Amino acid sequence: MKIKELIEKLKLKVRCGGSQLDREIARGYASDLMSDVMAHSREGDIWITLQVHLNIVAVACMTGIAAIVLINNREPEKETLEKAEAEGVPLLVSELPAFELIGRLYSLGIPGISEDAE
Amino acid sequence: MKDDLSIRKIQELFYELKVGDVMMKDVITVSSNMQMMELRAILRDNRISGTPVVDDGRLVGIISIEDFINWLAGGQQENRIAGKMNREVKTLYEDEPLVQAISIIEKFGYGRIPVINRRQKSLTGVITKGDIIEGLLKKMEVDYQEEEIHRYRASHFFEDIIADKTTLIFQYFMKGCDAMRNHDVDAVQNGGRVASRIRKTLRRLGIHPTVIRRTCIAIYEAEMNIILYAGAGEITVSIHKDEVNVKVKDSGPGIENIEEAMSPGFSTAPDWVRELGFGAGMGLINIRNCAQTFSIASEKGQGTVLNFGIPIGAA
Repeated sequence: MKIKELIEKLKLKVRCGGSQLDREIARGYASDLMSDVMAHSREGDIWITLQVHLNIVAVACMTGIAAIVLINNREPEKETLEKAEAEGVPLLVSELPAFELIGRLYSLGIPGISEDAE
Repeated sequence: MKDDLSIRKIQELFYELKVGDVMMKDVITVSSNMQMMELRAILRDNRISGTPVVDDGRLVGIISIEDFINWLAGGQQENRIAGKMNREVKTLYEDEPLVQAISIIEKFGYGRIPVINRRQKSLTGVITKGDIIEGLLKKMEVDYQEEEIHRYRASHFFEDIIADKTTLIFQYFMKGCDAMRNHDVDAVQNGGRVASRIRKTLRRLGIHPTVIRRTCIAIYEAEMNIILYAGAGEITVSIHKDEVNVKVKDSGPGIENIEEAMSPGFSTAPDWVRELGFGAGMGLINIRNCAQTFSIASEKGQGTVLNFGIPIGAA
């Protein structure tokens, strides 16, 4: 599923990276720990987190994450926003708490990393 | 020999590409209640020779121009599509490999196969022989271009230099801020700059994306360690013909017990660092997992030296 379809279906707010929304989402991963995301996330994943600082963009760039979704209406910090825009990483905001957002993503057909058919 | 290789490459693509990658997504559909007379205009206007029949979002059949001709020849009995469509529809899931589509087309001689989403069971597209050929050609073109760029850039560097051994070295100096001791939240949040600069550099050199990914994840972890624990540090990246080698040296407090530091979950980070999503005791392990060779040397009060290598041919 494309990022823009998810935005529509889950009423996500786009904070930046609007030109990258045609990318296809491969899998989903949720974590608030940078090292954990680095260890488990891959190219094309959508990442659900509550962290809003600059490092989430760095982590997304290193791993090739396709989009970051911030939960609970948490807004990215100014530097985070600027860096994400420069790197072309879509930052999306959901009003839902993590559990509910992930549940909906899953029921829309986004698989987790253990279901990857590699 | 070269022919054999390219045939093998196409065969690989049959397995690598998924039905969902090449299928036509904007599908014209009709409902089973529609009149056969209307079908003619729909097929003609859209220049298609058949279309799926969908009622309430569910696929119930498929109807083709052949069915239409038979209907005309048969004296136009039964005016609704429901009476003429083929109800035994062979379908494919989006996530099935192309090879599956090809074998069904070959076996049954169908011109088009409806594609279904595995979870929602809804119609998401249609795949034809034309879509398969177009998808393969596009993929081959993209792959070919990427390969050309890689080959050009990388070879440009290493093959144009006349020497017994060529190594490209670049260094990054970090004014470590001892963030942990100084409670420097900003410094922790702004980490990752060196890894990001190295990523850009490696990209320009045409290093394979998988190698870049592994190298930069390891460097990011090492960089965060310098920011968190050390007064200052230095990261040296050497590109050899077959390996990226990274040396990370800091003037921090050193590690008292390396074995303990290398065990998963061991961390000396305070709560405020953990709240930012760092200091979980996974950094050194991540580095080791990304690298093929890994060594660490440290002494209390003397700083720490990390050395790790990522093979370039590993991708």
